[in-house]
Amino acid sequence: MKKVTIHITLKQGVLDPQGQAIQTSLNNLGFAEVEEVRTGKSIELLLENRENMDSRITEMCDKLLANPVIEDYRFEVEEAVRT
Amino acid sequence: MKFAVVVFPGSNCDRDMYHAVSQLAGTEAELVWYEHTNLESYDAILLPGGFSYGDYLRSGAIASTSNVIQQVKAHAEQGKPVLGVCNGFQILLEARLLPGAMLSNYNLSFMCHQEALVVHHNGTPFTTDYKKGEVIHMPIAHGEGNYVCDDATLAALKTNNQIVFTYNNNPNGSVGDIAGVINREGNVLGMMPHPERAMENLLGSDDGRRLFQSLIENWRDVYALNS
Repeated sequence: MKKVTIHITLKQGVLDPQGQAIQTSLNNLGFAEVEEVRTGKSIELLLENRENMDSRITEMCDKLLANPVIEDYRFEVEEAVRT
Repeated sequence: MKFAVVVFPGSNCDRDMYHAVSQLAGTEAELVWYEHTNLESYDAILLPGGFSYGDYLRSGAIASTSNVIQQVKAHAEQGKPVLGVCNGFQILLEARLLPGAMLSNYNLSFMCHQEALVVHHNGTPFTTDYKKGEVIHMPIAHGEGNYVCDDATLAALKTNNQIVFTYNNNPNGSVGDIAGVINREGNVLGMMPHPERAMENLLGSDDGRRLFQSLIENWRDVYALNS
């Protein structure tokens, strides 16, 4: 089994209203050093080892998990133990 | 003319859409559950607003992978009309039937009020009953209607006359004040404002009526020509 962690973020240049609201709150809490906040999401998959795993994960991201118009993604693969 | 109103788990404007088209003369409408896989008997497909699949992942993303959307694509390829309103628009974007994507409204608020729209393009089958440049009123009701696309796409939308409706006072941050766009072939329209909620003056506006009437009249012209 493999554990895949996919990190999805808004593309640079795409406005992140949620990030801006979080930044304002951090600044209000006294963390004046915070100059930018970008939000995103992470998705974890557990999957069985298969040929072409990386290209299949890329396909999953392109077809559903990320929207290429507004989002970038990257992923990490590690060994997973079935519990 | 027979309309299909596709109902997903989480659709909530389906009844309004059904009511809007079924009350117009010479039309027939049916609510079609998304697991229904045959849309061939319908002349036009309406994707209503709501929160399909709870807006999980991204608005419209899960619905866009459903079997019925494959049917909608086939229907669109035949040149038949497809209208997506609000969440229906988001589904069309996620299905890549229309270019661009939606972000949260710039002020992060869900907004539900009447908006003034400019009819930017009245040469589509959905807008022939409007005047070009006419200001019309329809309600909006969305949290993620902030339309975004890259500069090249925006330029192409302008060049190909694909921007159908724009906001008079942009409420959500949409690029180019865009409220509705049509595909290049001119038969798939997506819009955030709700024409189906603008059918009665008593309820604020009946400017949405002409959108459905345009569609029906244009379909009749094509149908009369073909038969």
